[in-house]
Amino acid sequence: MTVTEQQRLYVERTAAEARVNVEIETEGMTLNIGPQHPATHGTLRVLVKLDGEQVVEADVVPGYMHRGYEKLTEVRTYPQITTLVNRIDWLSSFANEVPFVLAAETLMEIEAPPRAQWIRTVLFEMGRIGTMCIFLGDMGVQLGAITPVFYGFRDREHVLNLIEAATGGRFHPNYDRIGGLKEDLPKGWIDETKAAMKRIRSFCDQLEELLLGNEIFETRTRGIGVIPPEIGLEFGVSGANIRASGVDWDLRRDEDSPLAWKECDWKVWTHPDGDAFARYWVRLQETREATKIIDQLVDGLPAGPIQAKVPRIIKVPEGEAWVHTENPLGEMGYYIVSQGWLGPFRCKIRSASFSNVSIVPWLLQGVYVPDVITILASLYFILGDIDR
Amino acid sequence: MSSTPEAPEAPGEEVAGPAVDEIREGLLVALTAELGDAVVGSEIRDRDLFVRVRPDEWRRAARFCRDRLACDYFSFLSGIDWMPAGSGAASDEAAFEPPTAADEAGDETGDETGDADEAAVPPATTRPSGEQAPALRTDDGRWKTGLAGGDTRFQVFCRLYSTKRHHGITLKADLDDADPRVDSLVPVYRGADWHERECWEMFGFDFAGHDDLRHIYLPGAFEGHPLRKDFPLLAREVKPWPGLVDVEPMPDEAAVPDETPAPAEPTGGGAAE
Repeated sequence: MTVTEQQRLYVERTAAEARVNVEIETEGMTLNIGPQHPATHGTLRVLVKLDGEQVVEADVVPGYMHRGYEKLTEVRTYPQITTLVNRIDWLSSFANEVPFVLAAETLMEIEAPPRAQWIRTVLFEMGRIGTMCIFLGDMGVQLGAITPVFYGFRDREHVLNLIEAATGGRFHPNYDRIGGLKEDLPKGWIDETKAAMKRIRSFCDQLEELLLGNEIFETRTRGIGVIPPEIGLEFGVSGANIRASGVDWDLRRDEDSPLAWKECDWKVWTHPDGDAFARYWVRLQETREATKIIDQLVDGLPAGPIQAKVPRIIKVPEGEAWVHTENPLGEMGYYIVSQGWLGPFRCKIRSASFSNVSIVPWLLQGVYVPDVITILASLYFILGDIDR
Repeated sequence: MSSTPEAPEAPGEEVAGPAVDEIREGLLVALTAELGDAVVGSEIRDRDLFVRVRPDEWRRAARFCRDRLACDYFSFLSGIDWMPAGSGAASDEAAFEPPTAADEAGDETGDETGDADEAAVPPATTRPSGEQAPALRTDDGRWKTGLAGGDTRFQVFCRLYSTKRHHGITLKADLDDADPRVDSLVPVYRGADWHERECWEMFGFDFAGHDDLRHIYLPGAFEGHPLRKDFPLLAREVKPWPGLVDVEPMPDEAAVPDETPAPAEPTGGGAAE
């Protein structure tokens, strides 16, 4: 297969470089990264078997943060579950609520009014910006550049403030309701949003200057952790990670969603290289696109109610629904099996990071230890999104 | 609930445009042509296709989807336990009578997790691992199942998607009650690896051909399969389903017995979430 061939060539090339000067038979060694390691963004454990500086075999041990949400959803009502799913990908909490609520709405055959859908989209994209700010800054830190992360946290604050102003919660908005939203936007929010989006765009420019042209950054990310598109798709890698491998696939554009992405003009960015650099580059572009989406949506925000008519006690009719959306980390979806109760009979949560990280053992074969960190950082996962 | 593959007309309430339906119909026809009577149930709904195949053709169905139906993307794999829940899961009106809800689980044998009236003494039968519950099978042997139907307690299902043509297929297969076993999809989609490990530990399904079935989330010594319906959720054993409003009384309110519906006694941080 061409792909394993490609990887083998990479391994051989790097191995040859290592062998240039000395041919020493080294004893294998197991290196334990995590569970508490800054590069794991939480509590993920990566076990790598090393031969000298090279990874021979890698194993990823998730589960340190498993909270059993799929079981817990079975003992909650639908409105209560949004509180749970907020905590899956905690950097873009609102985006977690959306597919769940959409799935329930699909089964109930109701649709939120346009204004609610637009505001949902705006907050969804704000969640994306919040997540990406961390990534764009953090990637620098992992490679030894401290400044970007301060910029990232600084400018993420603008978005968090807006989310807090609208929803009441900085991290866990719990703002989405079946059939609409908790409440309307506060006064002055739109002006502040536009100002914040400007700041985010200048943040993107700053990072572009800081990192993308930086020689060290380029050397450490170019050609590192190459995910060939067909392998990535087989592993279920989604989102910016797969778009960085040249797969032109974005559920916001490709799926018929009731949310308002179709109403505005934006672009899906891809990058042919599939390496850590490409993943960074794609995410940077996506952050820019998100600000454009938000700008357009708040400009054209339709007037009207924010809540459709729903029964006081929400019961979802019998049936099954699968709804997925393009969350900041990739494809997130809920497969809800309802038997007409107050809560789901079974709710399968498909979270992006779980599949994105499942490629790590494959991806780490043959790389050098410092590149392990680069690869983990560039894949960008949130622990809550792996462990659910 | 399941329509047979020979009569694949879409259910009447379709709102989708006809063009979109044709895509799903076409997929279904192709699958049926390839697998023949191994397609035991199917349904097209909300511009989505659900197909139930015989478990022995599970891998072939997935391979066909990948090779011929352009499903290059493996979304997820998981399981469903169709045993009626009765885990106090807000499962019925009973939940509206908050305090002593003798809930609807009564029509099963009752050794379920959330029976409010018996919660003080959790029945010992399901305690250790919740693995065996043959008696729970109801009279006619059929439980309520979902789209594309189901004949057994356990069902494995996976979601495949085409990133080029933007269609998705949910494949399902019924698994044996006593020995839930199916071919692994790892040879077809490598990404099935972790999903099958998760499904193995959560449901106890065995995936033949997966040589690395070990715990992924739970500690190695964990017994039982938490997502099976007869696995008790400890938080609900300690404190039964409180009804729609999941709040505990303030400490001093609880001390003074009054006319308000006596809520479940405050068990301190009973919910181990």
